Amino acid sequence: MNLDSKIPEGPLQEKWTKHRFDMKLVNPANKRKYRIIVVGSGLAGGAAAATLGELGYNVDCFCFQDSARRAHSIAAQGGINAAKNYPNDGDSIWRLFYDTVKGGDYRSREANVYRLAEVANQIIDQCVAQGVPFAREYGGLLDNRSFGGAQVSRTFYARGQTGQQLLIGAYQSLARQVNQGSVTMHPRTEMLDVVKVDGHARGIITRDVVTGEIQRHAADAVLLCTGGYGNVFYLSTNAMGCNVTAALKAYRQGAGFANPCFTQIHPTCIPVSSEHQSKLTLMSESLRNDGRVWVPKKKGDQRPASQIPEDERDYYLERRYPSFGNLAPRDVSSRAAKERCDAGYGVGNTGLAVYLDFADAIQRVGKDVVEARYGNLFQMYHKITAEDPYQVPMRIYPAVHYTMGGLWVDYELQTTVPGLFALGECNFSDHGANRLGASALMQGLADGYFIAPYTVGNYLAQHASLSAAGKACVDDAAFAETEAAVRDRIGRLMGVGGKQSVESFHKRLGKIMWDHCGMARNDAGLRSAIEEIPKLREEFWQDVRVPGSIEGCNPEIDKAGRVADFLEFGELMCRDALHRTESCGGHFREESQTDEGEALRDDDQFSFASVWEYQGEGVEPALHQEDLAFDNVKLATRSYK
Amino acid sequence: MNLNLHVWRQSGPQDKGRMEQIQATGISADMSFLEMLDKVNEDLIAAGQEPIAFDHDCREGICGTCSLMINGVAHGPDGATTTCQLHMRSFQDGDAIYMEPWRARAFPVIRDLMVDRSSFDRIVEAGGYVSVNAGAAPDAHANLIPKAEADLAMDAAACIGCGACVASCPNGSAMLFVAAKIGHLAHLPQGQPERARRARAMVAQMDVEGFGACSNHFECEAVCPKEIPVRFIAEMNRDFLKASLCGQE
Repeated sequence: MNLDSKIPEGPLQEKWTKHRFDMKLVNPANKRKYRIIVVGSGLAGGAAAATLGELGYNVDCFCFQDSARRAHSIAAQGGINAAKNYPNDGDSIWRLFYDTVKGGDYRSREANVYRLAEVANQIIDQCVAQGVPFAREYGGLLDNRSFGGAQVSRTFYARGQTGQQLLIGAYQSLARQVNQGSVTMHPRTEMLDVVKVDGHARGIITRDVVTGEIQRHAADAVLLCTGGYGNVFYLSTNAMGCNVTAALKAYRQGAGFANPCFTQIHPTCIPVSSEHQSKLTLMSESLRNDGRVWVPKKKGDQRPASQIPEDERDYYLERRYPSFGNLAPRDVSSRAAKERCDAGYGVGNTGLAVYLDFADAIQRVGKDVVEARYGNLFQMYHKITAEDPYQVPMRIYPAVHYTMGGLWVDYELQTTVPGLFALGECNFSDHGANRLGASALMQGLADGYFIAPYTVGNYLAQHASLSAAGKACVDDAAFAETEAAVRDRIGRLMGVGGKQSVESFHKRLGKIMWDHCGMARNDAGLRSAIEEIPKLREEFWQDVRVPGSIEGCNPEIDKAGRVADFLEFGELMCRDALHRTESCGGHFREESQTDEGEALRDDDQFSFASVWEYQGEGVEPALHQEDLAFDNVKLATRSYK
Repeated sequence: MNLNLHVWRQSGPQDKGRMEQIQATGISADMSFLEMLDKVNEDLIAAGQEPIAFDHDCREGICGTCSLMINGVAHGPDGATTTCQLHMRSFQDGDAIYMEPWRARAFPVIRDLMVDRSSFDRIVEAGGYVSVNAGAAPDAHANLIPKAEADLAMDAAACIGCGACVASCPNGSAMLFVAAKIGHLAHLPQGQPERARRARAMVAQMDVEGFGACSNHFECEAVCPKEIPVRFIAEMNRDFLKASLCGQE
């Protein structure tokens, strides 16, 4: 497997400028001769499809949702980072870059992260121009707030609905291109495989989830913007439809999968209340700006929060990390909550929760101000728990939220399959082993608006000769073969005719993953998961029941395909977690911790990205490494004390 | 608790459809409404029957995918909420619950409780955007926007495009949805150059899609999960009138 990262030569600050000059261009008149497939319509996919359309390419954009506007980027609450330094508090592109590499626990690629920080300011400009109603000061200027893992205020936000507003911005741009005829939207359409012709990605096979029709689509390049795989845990903050299918198919077609074990557990979510829970709800990290996290000092204290006096409360984040306090990064805060709950200090019925308390903030700035900042979040919490967070502290617990791992891509966001690109959460490159808050929106839009539109052109100019453009043809034998495989698999799923529902398998897989590959991992647990998952997979293929018919609308077929893919992917995650015996970021190996229980990295052995190559059904995947060089950032023990 | 469900079942667009009685058993008060449906579906699958098809995705009240007329009210009895955020503690043991899809000419039923809302996308495609290409933006601080105006734009932009406004309107009108989109951009300087064009194009598309007109019932405001006020409809009407009187651009 060729892992040439194509990082340009030269000083960090000049790499992207230089590379943009070195890349080949496609003449404006020739762009309309090319066709590009974009799978996914979230921030990365929506932005890329719109921008490529603006440039003059023909774009086909696919999403399984009923509208491009519903992709799960919409649920991001807190904000988007940029180094505008409007608050004059010492921010710079260099600091944003440095914070992001440090926040990722030194497991990301310097050049990619620097480029991300470099284009971040342009993203804010672009979004404002589209009409994104960011929060403003009375003087009419944009407001900023703080977020975890940074000591400057660099986060732009639109109430607690930043993701929604940014996505609507991208969706509007996309709608404009649909209107102009450059983009064709294919909603309610799920991608089920990538088609390769002569080793290059030249199309996809899809299923129309309304009619059940299997379709072939050909193009000169394929962009996967299909998000993360957090739903492998069954319970996560992801939407119900989020899945790993597109990324897993790409992996099976030869794209390397990097760092699958790097998953982010978000510290502030509403705790699990019952067996029937279908998903977990995030409470934005921005709440930690004003909320204080605590547990009782006494083990198993059953008193209501209001009756626990101040000196009997343990504000454990402020105690352990005095300089960052409640704004310690996500991985650190999550582990600290788990540590307190495991030790018996948790609150609520299950003991698996800690308090996030706004009493001080309400006293300091008033209920009105708190409501203006977080009103919709407080309302959401109230609806779900039937408790009023203005009166009693919120109860929160960590939950699976984001996946830093993803398809391996080079500096141009191209996977190891030529012509196949991965953008946004779907790739691995920018967040290392832990993502900082308000960085996912930044990365999705950076990839979509400002990076892929250049690099895809470079690929087309070199590898899709004009005579061949548009000739990638759905009648090619490769399309027929891939389509046959897709049909065969759906047929097999429907044909099992077993007794257990798809959902029940998903829940069981989720439990294995959470128990053994969740917030803390160890050798024995991971080995047992690697034994259990294939057994569960076998049971699935022998006893799953997919009701209904293969024709027409049947949501159970869609779900069955996704769960079958999670059953494969979960094993890969555990293998990766087993191999990486160090702790870093969100990946905490119990064997590798300091005396104080902090993550202990092993830079000598693990300063690389693990890239897995598919070797065939039932064969162990091969591991490759991309060594990470740090020329500009000093490797240090990450400290937020 | 146990519930007596009356659910709209329709195998596809061609099927006439009918209400079907289904017993829901073992429902707990802290389940969300959709988790109750998950449980009912698991029981149906175990009994060898076909589960109820319904639209849903984020389950945190922001994607706008979930729908459902619950006992005749869009998104159910709890105000300012989506079906996914409605919890079973709003119901009591033994209750009868009637569940129907959004009903409007412009939202044809796909299956059971799922409807096709692509007409909303086509209305936005007609002009619900600012024409600015990636890379062409001026500095974010080039325009100062008074906080009150930015807040109004945000009030309108909070729309999640769920379609409850249409489903609850006796005329099947999409005025609140369209007004929210138009109002969002009309309150920002970035939206001014295309303001007249946008109002005309979006209203025209709304008519083409077969949505009805507004006759001031305000049912839409009452069920809107994001509490978008009908004042935006008044503003849209002014924009549309002005655009119609002032010629082509």
